[in-house]
Amino acid sequence: MKKAMMALLCGGIFGAGLALSGMTNTEKVLGFLDLFGHWDYDLMLVMGGAVAVTLLLFRPVLKAKAPVFADRFFLPEQSLVTRRLLVGAALFGLGWGLYGYCPGPAVVAMGYLHQDAILFVIAMAAGMFLANTRMFQKI
Amino acid sequence: MSMLQPLAGGLMIGLAAVLLLKFNGRLMGVSGIFFSALTDSAEGSWRWLFLIGMVAGAWVLHAVSGLPVPAPSDSGSLVAIVAGLIVGFGTRLGGGCTSGHGVCGIGRLSVRSITATLVFMAVGILTVFVVRHLLGGLL
Repeated sequence: MKKAMMALLCGGIFGAGLALSGMTNTEKVLGFLDLFGHWDYDLMLVMGGAVAVTLLLFRPVLKAKAPVFADRFFLPEQSLVTRRLLVGAALFGLGWGLYGYCPGPAVVAMGYLHQDAILFVIAMAAGMFLANTRMFQKI
Repeated sequence: MSMLQPLAGGLMIGLAAVLLLKFNGRLMGVSGIFFSALTDSAEGSWRWLFLIGMVAGAWVLHAVSGLPVPAPSDSGSLVAIVAGLIVGFGTRLGGGCTSGHGVCGIGRLSVRSITATLVFMAVGILTVFVVRHLLGGLL
């Protein structure tokens, strides 16, 4: 129950942060990626602010034996840079640059009930299931 | 003021990531949370609450602040669907997105995440360059 309430609270802070920062505005995101046009540097402050907090506080948080409401920390086991990582990240960058949504802002934008945001998220789910099929396990 | 808003949004995003790790032991990667919410019914409930919290947090922020809700992108439904598919496929393959690799991975100084972030930023910038400056904004 505590874990569930904390998940809801963290989601709430995250969603509010995304909305406040302008990440849910596709024009703003594309303006940030448009280094060779009228570059909009605001999202640099968003990423910079977020990463400053995690860089500063993740280390002391992970020094504890366990999280407050769980038995252990769930961290990725994979640590190598693989071809799969590189291809995946490149494709993600392509999709992000095409429309201006990464997964977080897309989920938040669904809440505004924009038809295209809903279509984006449904397509995103389909893309995830597709990548999970046996056909693409070898990439 | 214009610089404070994205910075405050970024700090909130970082804070949400720190709280989720400190209390629940989970990394705040939206692509992973979203996919596992759809596929992992045993452990999935906190993920649904996190996603609902995201949408609610953005709603509350707009209600309280009076900031305008972002307008839908004018790229159209076809681009939304294609980009959504690629984003879903890519983040699944690459094991993360802007939040998981960009905010949490860099916070953990993970070489995998730093590499992924550099790659998706670079490809995002390249994509916007091609679409806006070579194709003249055809999309």
